Parts: sequence; C-alpha cells; structure tokens
Amino acid sequence: MTASTKKWWLWLVLALAFLVPLLRPVLPDLVSDYRLFLVSTMMIAAIAVLGLNLLTGFNGQISLGHGAFYAVGAYTAAVLMDHLNMPYWLTLPCAAVVCFMVGYLFGLPALKLEGHYLALATFALALAVPQILKYKWLEGLTGGVQGIVLNKPEVPFDLPLTEDQWLYYYILIVMVLLYWAAANMLNSRSGRAMMAIRDYTIAASTMGIDTSLYKTVTFGISAAYTGIAGALSASAIAFVAPDSFNIFLSIKFLIGLVVGGIGSLVGSVVGGIFYVLVDNSAQALSTFAKNDLGLQFDLSAYTVFGILLIVLMYLMPMGIVGGVYYLVQSLRGSLRGGRAAQQQAAQKQPAAR
Amino acid sequence: MVTSRRVFVGGASALALLSGSSSAFAQKKYSDGATDTEIKIGHTGPYSGPASSYGQIGKTIEAYWKSVNDAGGINGRKVKFITLDDGYSPPKMVELVRQLVEQEKVLCTFNTLGTPTNTAIHRYMNQKKVPMLYVATGASKWGKPKEFPWTMGFQPDYHTEGVIYAKHILANVKDPKIAVLMQNDDYGKDYYEGFKEGLGKDADKIVKHVTFEVTDPTVDSQVIQLKDSGANVFFNIATPKAAAQAIRKAGDLSWKPAQYLNNVSASVGSVMKPAGFENSQGIITAQYLMDPTDKQWADNADMKGWVAWMDKWMPGGNKADANHVFGYAVAILMHETLKKCGDDLTRDNVMRQAANFQKYKLPMLIPGITINTSPTDYYPIQSVKLAKFSNDTWELFGDVMSAEGA
Repeated sequence: MTASTKKWWLWLVLALAFLVPLLRPVLPDLVSDYRLFLVSTMMIAAIAVLGLNLLTGFNGQISLGHGAFYAVGAYTAAVLMDHLNMPYWLTLPCAAVVCFMVGYLFGLPALKLEGHYLALATFALALAVPQILKYKWLEGLTGGVQGIVLNKPEVPFDLPLTEDQWLYYYILIVMVLLYWAAANMLNSRSGRAMMAIRDYTIAASTMGIDTSLYKTVTFGISAAYTGIAGALSASAIAFVAPDSFNIFLSIKFLIGLVVGGIGSLVGSVVGGIFYVLVDNSAQALSTFAKNDLGLQFDLSAYTVFGILLIVLMYLMPMGIVGGVYYLVQSLRGSLRGGRAAQQQAAQKQPAAR
Repeated sequence: MVTSRRVFVGGASALALLSGSSSAFAQKKYSDGATDTEIKIGHTGPYSGPASSYGQIGKTIEAYWKSVNDAGGINGRKVKFITLDDGYSPPKMVELVRQLVEQEKVLCTFNTLGTPTNTAIHRYMNQKKVPMLYVATGASKWGKPKEFPWTMGFQPDYHTEGVIYAKHILANVKDPKIAVLMQNDDYGKDYYEGFKEGLGKDADKIVKHVTFEVTDPTVDSQVIQLKDSGANVFFNIATPKAAAQAIRKAGDLSWKPAQYLNNVSASVGSVMKPAGFENSQGIITAQYLMDPTDKQWADNADMKGWVAWMDKWMPGGNKADANHVFGYAVAILMHETLKKCGDDLTRDNVMRQAANFQKYKLPMLIPGITINTSPTDYYPIQSVKLAKFSNDTWELFGDVMSAEGA
C-alpha cells in the first residue's frame, strides 16, 4: 500500500515539474527565468547529493570529498566543450566515465580505510583537486586560475523555449533518468548487496558477496553521479574555475545528505533542494533581521544557516524525509491508536505499547 | 521595460556621440531600477569564505549610501543598496547577480569583488546590457570597451603597475640584473606580463623568475634561489603574507638588492612591520590612494573628511584598514556618476556618464592623480606615485607616473 502511494506522489511531482515552466504566459513573474535557473541549480545539487547518498546512505562509506568528483566532472565537460567543441549533452557520459574511473581508482586504496579514516582521505582529495587544477602542466587544458568561460546550451530544434527553460528541462530529464537508474539498482541483487555491506560487512562476505568489488564499484558509481552533476553545473553556470570547488562544496553535499535523509532517494532530492533554498533564505533572513527588525549587531548569513540547521536536526534527527515519514506514521498511529484504545476500553484490557 | 532597453542598444563608442546632449535633462527617463524616488544598486562581496577580509569594503560602501540617503539622496532619489554574500564563489556569484538583475531589477551592479567571480558574470552582464561598474579587481581585462561595453574597472590594473616598475628600474638602476618572485596565479601573471612589456627589449635583464603557490607555507627556498642568481634588483609580486616573508628572508641572507614591492602588499601594518623595519628600508612601491597610517596626510582635507565620516558612520571601524578608504573612495565615484546622470537614469546613460570623467579629483586619491575615462578608455585610474619606505612609513617621491608617460 505504501509503495503505491509513494509512486502516486512521485508521478504528481514529476507532472508538476514538467508542466509548471509552461505556465509562463499565465504567470510570467512566478515562472521567471531566474526562478527556473534557481530550480535548475537545486536539481543539480540533488543529483550530486544522490551520488553521495549511494555511497554513504546505501553502502556505509563516508566521503567528505565529493566536491572533488564534482570538480572533475565539471572540468571534463568544460575541457571537452572548450578544446574539442563537443556538444554539451555529449559531455555528460564522458564526465560520468571519467569520474567513474577516478572514483574507482580512488576507491581501491581507500578500501583499506574505514569510517573516519576514509572521511579524512576523501577530505584530502577535496583539498587537493582545486590545487591540481591550477598545476602548471595542466594549465593549457584547465586554464589555470582563470578557469574556462563557456557558452550556455542553446535551445535545440527551434523549440519555443528560452535558454533557461531548456536548461531546466535538460537537467530535469537527466535527473529523472539518474533517479530511475538508482532506484532500479537499489532494488536489484546488487543494491541489496550494497546495503548488506553497510549493515554488516562480515556477514555480507560470508554470504558470498565480494565486498571489496562492491565497495569500489559503488565508489565509482557514486563519483559518476556527482561528476554528472558537476558537468551539468558547468553548462548551467557557463564558467569553471578552481575557486568554484572549494572545500565548502563537499560540506554542502554532506549537509544536503544529512538534512534530506541518509539512505533515502527522495531524501537526496529534498536535501539538494533544501540546501539551495535555505542557503538563499538564510541571507534574506539575515538582511531582514538587520534592516527590518533593526537588530543592532550583524547576524551573518552563515550564523542564520547554522541556527536553522541545529533547529532542524533537533526537530528531525532522521532528516526531512525521515521526519515527515515519522510524522505521518505517528499521525496514523494515533488515529489507529485512538480506535484501538476504544476497542481496548471496550474489552477492558490494558493497552499494549 | 524590455523594449526600452533594446532601443538603447549600442556600443559605448556610439553612445559617446550622443554625450553632447546629455547635459540637457529635459525629461525623466528610467531603466529598470530607477524611479522618481529610488535608485537600486546591486552589489556582492565576500562576507564569508577565503577572501572575507575584503568584506569590509562592502560594509563601508553600505554605510556610505546610508550617509548619502541621510543627506537627501541623489537628485532627490534615495539609494537602495542591495548587498549579498558571494563567499568568493563564482557559481554563487552567477546566482546572486541573476537575482539582482532579474528579480530585484537593479539599475546597475557596482564594485563586485574578485577576478574569478567577476569573470563568471562578465558575459552575462554584457548580454543583458546592465552596467557592471568599478569592479574591485586589478586584472587588465575589465577595460575592454569594444568587446565588453558594459564593464568598467576602477583601480590601476596590475599590468600598468608592472610597466611602471620596469620603467623606473631601467631609468634608475645601472646594469640591472632582475630577480622576480611571482605568486602563481592570474594576479601574479598580470603583473609579470606588464613588467616584461615595460622592459621591452631589455626583458633579458630578468636573470631569475621563480613562482610560489598562495598556499605555500614559506617562500624561503625561492628567495635563496633568487639571491644565488646574483641579481641586484628584486621584484616582489606577492600577497601580504608571502611578501613579508620574502622581505625578511632577503634581510636574513644579507641580500641587498633594489627592492620593488607590488601595491597589493604595501601595507605597513601587515607587511612591513612583520618583515622588520630594518629589512624594509628603501623598498619601492606604487600608491594611488592615501594611506590612512601615513602621517603626512594628517592635515589633508580629504583625510580629515574621511576620518570624520568614519567616526560618524562606521564607529568602531579600524581606521588603519585601507579597505575602508577604498570602499569610501569608490562609493564617491559611483555617487558622482549617478549625480551626473541627472534625471536620465537609463542604463546607457549610466555607462555614458561613467565613461565621461575628465581629470575628476576623487577624494582620497593621492594629489595629482585624477579619474579619466572616455568611451575608449575604461580604466578610471591609470596613474600612481612611487613611494620609498623609510623609517616606519612610506615617503612619496617623484612625479605622478602612468604607463604611457613614464
């Protein structure tokens, strides 16, 4: 029953996502290019968080360095577009392959590292990548600190869309495909093997699961997802530079993951959306507190963001999706519980908890 | 609004032809962001992240507009200054600037900070034909009116400064053998390119050129290499921390070349003092703004005005921080530009007025340096004055120098 209601929800959201941009003639202000661009950046963040979730949520490996794969994906796309004039849509599979290989190779030595040690190793990766991009020998390719300026994707087939509308649909389609692929993978034997490794590695290996293979491949797939997000962002922003991929980016993905819900696909999407939304509203709140409430001291956007995060973690320790699920369950529970209590009262039996 | 913007399409050179009529403010004309009562200006700055020390500039500018509004605004209109935190991140910058242009509908953006961040929005702003004025970066790419007629820089670009040092070396050092320490990024390269251009056919006088990364903990080994080259001139292209280390190391090695230090690191408090005054004597740099710690300006009317303004509008602000001087000066230039626009607050008139300054004496510039722009010259400040470090402060000497004149 829950599966079918979930499906129903997803289809509704999907239909809305496809139809809303077409409402522009009716609601030009609400569906502005800027808003669509903002939603596009949310979807990009969602894909990146989805990638991290495959690794952390479903396979139990912690990464503080997914910004590195995001950067590799973005640069792969940018270099291919800039040097080889490759069309933007063709850069996605290339970025995916490159990031899969980087992730897989990084996963090999990282196998020896567990938990916090793996987190530190990935953290180092995230710190190193922006420096590597500036390296002398790579400069001809990456443009060094100056980065690479790109063109925005053009609308194909003379469709009556603006650049931002087209970008929105392009990213939406990619996200839906990746989501579908991830959902199918997790529902398969491989997915169950991934989760078995997360829950109890030794038990999984005694059942004949090749844990090291699964771990490295998961690392690769996770990196590929995040790399695709990076490639999409290179198209959307039309510029890449080492400064775009600082350590905060990796932390962002982690926040999106934890806030959305670890080990939940829907949670990844919610986390990506949440991050962009709250990051922006934190700034608006901070200016609001200063200018309209007349607060004497500066409340920086990061302070507001931090407060929001702490509040959220207290209210919904399982992430937003976990929290909503819990809320729905307890509401149902109290309804059922109420009925049960009446029955129990009728039967004069003590209530079982 | 969209149509009115399209009507005014035209390169700055074409606009220049119309500038003769700009003095006649017959009727009121507005683009997005301007009304009878308000002018909306957008700004982003690094209030958080790796470059957050520059966040002070944005705060100073914000305080400046408050003081302008308090005095009645510009031609009766209040300035609505919207400043956002870009964290020195290019993607964030794109998002915020689109918010400013498309949602807030600002008349122009002003003094957005950083080379990578501004590069990310450079093309967008010019496609949208929104003025992107007086950006806070010294890269030389902000003054290209032909390709980018809607973008203008402010400070002397690094390239020009490099040319000036080269000319001074050729004129004053006998048989120069030059060693260059360079930060390995676009800022360092801009200086170095200009320096080589200034040397011209004497570029082979550079006997050693070593680089370092901004993340390197020290530059000791680089300085040792430079000393071993037997050079008698040392050009120090480094941000404050590395610049101070290099000066100190040269002193420790008893290497006594003629030293040239880029303006970026000409701070007494954060470079010369930690490097040791005994090691810093005789170092030459270029300046264009009055240094608030320099006692020779204590009785200067501009400086007094700035101090009084700081006391009233930024109480508690650090008066030794040159970022406050920078923000104050650049905000006055924006103020002056908007004042000149009169009642024609269209985006193309804003650009036309910005490209129409002749020998404007901007407060806080070193006497003799003025703002000069034209439809083909998008570099407002192109002159500097050289200064020599002596005892515990900079002493200006010689004439005002510019890349063309020197």
